Amino acid sequence: MKILVCISHVPDTTSKINFSDDNKMFDNQGVQFVINPNDEFGLTRAMWFKEKQNATVDVINVGSSVTEPTLRKALAIGADKAIRIDSEPIDGFFVAKQISDYITSNPYDLIIAGRESIDYNGAMVPGLIAGLTKMNFITNCTNLEIENNFATLEREIDGGKEILTCNLPLIIGGQKGLVEESDLRIPNMRGIMQARQKPLDVIPCSDLDSKTKSIKFQKPAPREEVKLVSSDNLDQLIEMLHNEAKVL
Amino acid sequence: MSVLAYIESTKGIIKKNAFEIVSYSSALAKQLGIELIVLSINVDDNSELSKYGATRIVKVLNPELDNFDAKITGNVIAQVAKDINATHIVISSSVDSKYMAPLLTIDLEAGYLSNVVELPSNLNPFTVKRTSFTNKAFCDASIVSDIKIIGLSSNAFGIIENESTLSEEVYNPSLLQKNITLKSTEKISGKISIADADVVVSGGRGLKGPENWNLVEDLADTLGAATACSKPVSDMGWRPHSEHVGQTGKPVATNLYIAIGISGAIQHLAGINSSKVKVVINNDPEAPFFKAADYGVVGDAFDVVPRLNEKLKAFKAQNS
Repeated sequence: MKILVCISHVPDTTSKINFSDDNKMFDNQGVQFVINPNDEFGLTRAMWFKEKQNATVDVINVGSSVTEPTLRKALAIGADKAIRIDSEPIDGFFVAKQISDYITSNPYDLIIAGRESIDYNGAMVPGLIAGLTKMNFITNCTNLEIENNFATLEREIDGGKEILTCNLPLIIGGQKGLVEESDLRIPNMRGIMQARQKPLDVIPCSDLDSKTKSIKFQKPAPREEVKLVSSDNLDQLIEMLHNEAKVL
Repeated sequence: MSVLAYIESTKGIIKKNAFEIVSYSSALAKQLGIELIVLSINVDDNSELSKYGATRIVKVLNPELDNFDAKITGNVIAQVAKDINATHIVISSSVDSKYMAPLLTIDLEAGYLSNVVELPSNLNPFTVKRTSFTNKAFCDASIVSDIKIIGLSSNAFGIIENESTLSEEVYNPSLLQKNITLKSTEKISGKISIADADVVVSGGRGLKGPENWNLVEDLADTLGAATACSKPVSDMGWRPHSEHVGQTGKPVATNLYIAIGISGAIQHLAGINSSKVKVVINNDPEAPFFKAADYGVVGDAFDVVPRLNEKLKAFKAQNS
């Protein structure tokens, strides 16, 4: 089984978010970048397929050379090969088109992406790849088993979950549940050393087609100070929620 | 040219988020000076939508569409959109709509923005505000393709009453072949889901163990609220993953969010930031959540929550 894991290079979840002076770009000064958490759950699940079912695992990113440490980390965790499509990503469609073009000439049985990146939160790249390549697609995937080219999946829905089956090839949008937080792997020294020898192919981007543009960013307005209510005066809290906030 | 609003239903009943979708779409159609057409699937009675500005309903009635399939439903919407020459399509941020949206986007060669929170600030280029960086920021973004798909964030625009007269027509789409089989659905019965709730009561490590969750559940019962939890609580297995809210869990955009014994890690706050009013109950006055909340009570949850619950019951009894 050939697996491709799509890796988004995103600010660490604890990062303070700031923008350039003209508010047109994310200010990455002093920000630690990581594998997008939703992608990392999928990458770890892919490692299990590699170890238990002899899968090969490649990872792919659309980005400039600054994303290479993130791809090397994926290699150190255990991926066999990394591919970087050399371009600043413009929007979700652009990224999906690049990856679709790549997998059209380099087919895989299973593509794992995250349900969304935690930076731009577009939640569209895996679905757009599915639309472009006509592969089967399931997102919000919280469990995945594959036997003989046949997949059984669990999808989180509003207020519950459902069990789905389909044939490969398949693309999923993964999230926590594919593996647990405690299953995530920290690369060890041996993995880091090996990662340096593994292939990281850089290929040019195929075209510049995009559908949306981010124009400017803005942080939410500073909040008003919290209104503290004494624990001896809970009636006041109810009164404020009723008359002032109007939510009761 | 027209605006197409797609509204969701469960078992023939319109979902609550439809009223906000129609309110937004009606305002959008007015701003663009074009007609609004509302699409419902397997809903017999659409009359309630006329309260929010819907005038023309396209009904698709086909039992094969009862079980949601993103590709097939997306393609039905695409067929209707082409038929009525829709230039703007508005959908919700439900799990199903977010699943279907990118497939619809490709079917229509459209451009799609999710998590949109306002009407367009500019029509040329078509520019809307959306949340990004998991609610830590807003982004003004434009869609440059001819057909535009807008995924509206829930509770962002609100409901606007606008009584109208409704006309209905039935549309018979062709259905794509099913490639994905639904084996079973498991809904947590008798409980309101986080996505549908107006109020969410959420518990953290401060509750000390799963055996104390009756505090959260009792308060939620009184308020008709959904229950949720912080990440450590779901990681430790005290509560199911489906209740975990935050950056890697579920996003919450509710009217009232009550956090009990949750310190307020930045990832948790990001996930609940879109909620309108936040109340925190925590015995640590230094807990970061107090900086992100609207109302706070410094106190022991085991003392405060039962008393608050009793008082709320009395309040509800009086005001119902």
